[in-house]
Amino acid sequence: MRNIWIIASREYKLYFSSPVAYMIAFVLLLVLGIFFFLNLQVAAFQPGFVPGVEVFLAPLATMLVMITPAVTTRLLAEEKRLGTIELLLTAPVRDWELVIGKWLGGFLFLLTIVAITIIFPLMLNQLVKPGIDQGPVISGYIGIILLCAALVGIGVAISSLFSNPIAAFVTTLGVFIFLWWILDPITRVMGPAGSGIDLIRYLNFSDHFFANLFRGVIELGDIIFYLSVTALSLFLGTVSVEMGRWR
Amino acid sequence: MIRVEGLTKDYGPHRAIDDLTFNAEEGEILGFLGPNGAGKTTTMRILCGYMPPTLGKAEVSGYDVVDQSLEVRRRVGYMPETVPLYPDMTVFDYLKYMADLRHLKNVEDRVDGVIEKMNLEKRASSFISSLSKGLRQRVGLAQAIIHDPEVLILDEPTIGLDPAQIIEVRNLIRELGREHIVLLSTHILSEAQQVCNRVIIINNGKIVAGDTPERLQARLTGARHVSVQVGGDSDGLEEVLNNIPGITHISTNVDGNIVFETVPGQEPRPEVAKTIVSAGYDLLEMRPVGISLENVFLQLTRDEPSHPESPEDEPIEDEEGVEQEGN
Ligand SMILES: Nc1ncnc2c1ncn2[C@@H]1O[C@H](COP(=O)(O)OP(=O)(O)OP(=O)(O)O)[C@@H](O)[C@H]1O
Ligand SMILES: [Mg+2]
Repeated sequence: MRNIWIIASREYKLYFSSPVAYMIAFVLLLVLGIFFFLNLQVAAFQPGFVPGVEVFLAPLATMLVMITPAVTTRLLAEEKRLGTIELLLTAPVRDWELVIGKWLGGFLFLLTIVAITIIFPLMLNQLVKPGIDQGPVISGYIGIILLCAALVGIGVAISSLFSNPIAAFVTTLGVFIFLWWILDPITRVMGPAGSGIDLIRYLNFSDHFFANLFRGVIELGDIIFYLSVTALSLFLGTVSVEMGRWR
Repeated sequence: MIRVEGLTKDYGPHRAIDDLTFNAEEGEILGFLGPNGAGKTTTMRILCGYMPPTLGKAEVSGYDVVDQSLEVRRRVGYMPETVPLYPDMTVFDYLKYMADLRHLKNVEDRVDGVIEKMNLEKRASSFISSLSKGLRQRVGLAQAIIHDPEVLILDEPTIGLDPAQIIEVRNLIRELGREHIVLLSTHILSEAQQVCNRVIIINNGKIVAGDTPERLQARLTGARHVSVQVGGDSDGLEEVLNNIPGITHISTNVDGNIVFETVPGQEPRPEVAKTIVSAGYDLLEMRPVGISLENVFLQLTRDEPSHPESPEDEPIEDEEGVEQEGN
């Protein structure tokens, strides 16, 4: 446990000593801000339209899918590139502690950025009379946190496969785009029945977010999905680090 | 204490080390000597719990490197060949991180301690990316000794340093060798000779020899080399000497001196002197020459056993004893 925390806190602090982290945070908040104010403009001209949390939760989820590769790519690939992985693998640290520590560092960093976005529901709550519906805010943020956990988990696992951070970045982004955007139309085209299709449908990353959590409904199945993806990724990441010792 | 038995490591079909067996005891500085690709790094990585061997057993301080890997890693300090460091951390933060991972008490004091020991005080708050190679090497060493390990494994600790820093690092290793078992690898023979109590020569994954540097030289050279200088022309001298029993491998070196080997256990020199004088040559000098460890090394690591062509002219200080290596 202690090792996990030591590794996580180094990673977490390191994000703030690099300009990339600030750029990621800046871009995210900028894009969300633009969406937010555009929606307010629309609301001002369209009397029937009352903006809710969805006006920033949907772009937030999408932006997270795009920025997480930049957050996770470094975690293990950079250690392999620098050779410092040799120090960690000869320190009295278990392989799974290393992988979970890396994951936790990236996850906490992402959560920090997500925490800043709380200003949007707060502002909205002030602007909309008599205040916004709290349910979708809570369930939406639970969804966002779960999504972050799963994305960072996949990112760490992919990072462990590469010794070139750029290659890790491109691969992670590709996998995320597939899980988030490409699976969705595939499942729609495929129609309802069949066991293989069910699996593909189950893997549809965006559906687990948009179907329920986004609408204020907390389904155990969606929570289990994101947690399973996280756990499986961390397990595979550990196996990959372990196998790296044999090479 | 290090115990290695039958250690073998395959990378796919390629056998990097083959059936290595050796020990190291407290207070020993053991040198691992071998050409590129001999298997030094592979052996060291196995010993510090980085990778498991394909076959064989290795124990460090009584713990098995595979089954009790964490216990081994707690007791080993390791500096990899490439001295990997985090360029975006300061020296202090980096050392503190490594100390934290080892759960040391009074971490800050420990870090300050090694920083002082390695003479890094002035650079403690510099980013590692701004350090010179020599300074990085010292940071790497600081990291390896921060937890006062029982066993210190240093992979080519002086490579890439300037001569002054090499001397500095060697002194440091000698000092560390008093309290730790040190296993270091090198392809510089004189380094092994100066720093180590014992040297293991490894080639193509196999141990070809292992002994103290002095005994290694003496044992492996076996025969003694003698150089003879005569005034004027030495033509025909080789043939004259050829008839003397107890000498072999007569040759003329670049300086025109005649060099020969004595058969172990025989003392043909008085006879040689008499023969030269009675053949009408002016005998100016006859002295034993050392075969340098370099030659021993080349001889041992050559695939087929052969003979050094021209032993270096290096004076032996006393007639009977083992010669000292100069460089
Ligand atoms: N990761 C690896 N994958 C495949 N082969 C490897 C790997 N690491 C080392 N080898 C091979 O194993 C052999 C031993 O390598 P090793 O690095 O142990 O040699 P070394 O004695 O440390 O050499 P050097 O003096 O160049 O550092 C070499 O033939 C090398 O090519
Ligand atoms: Mg090596």
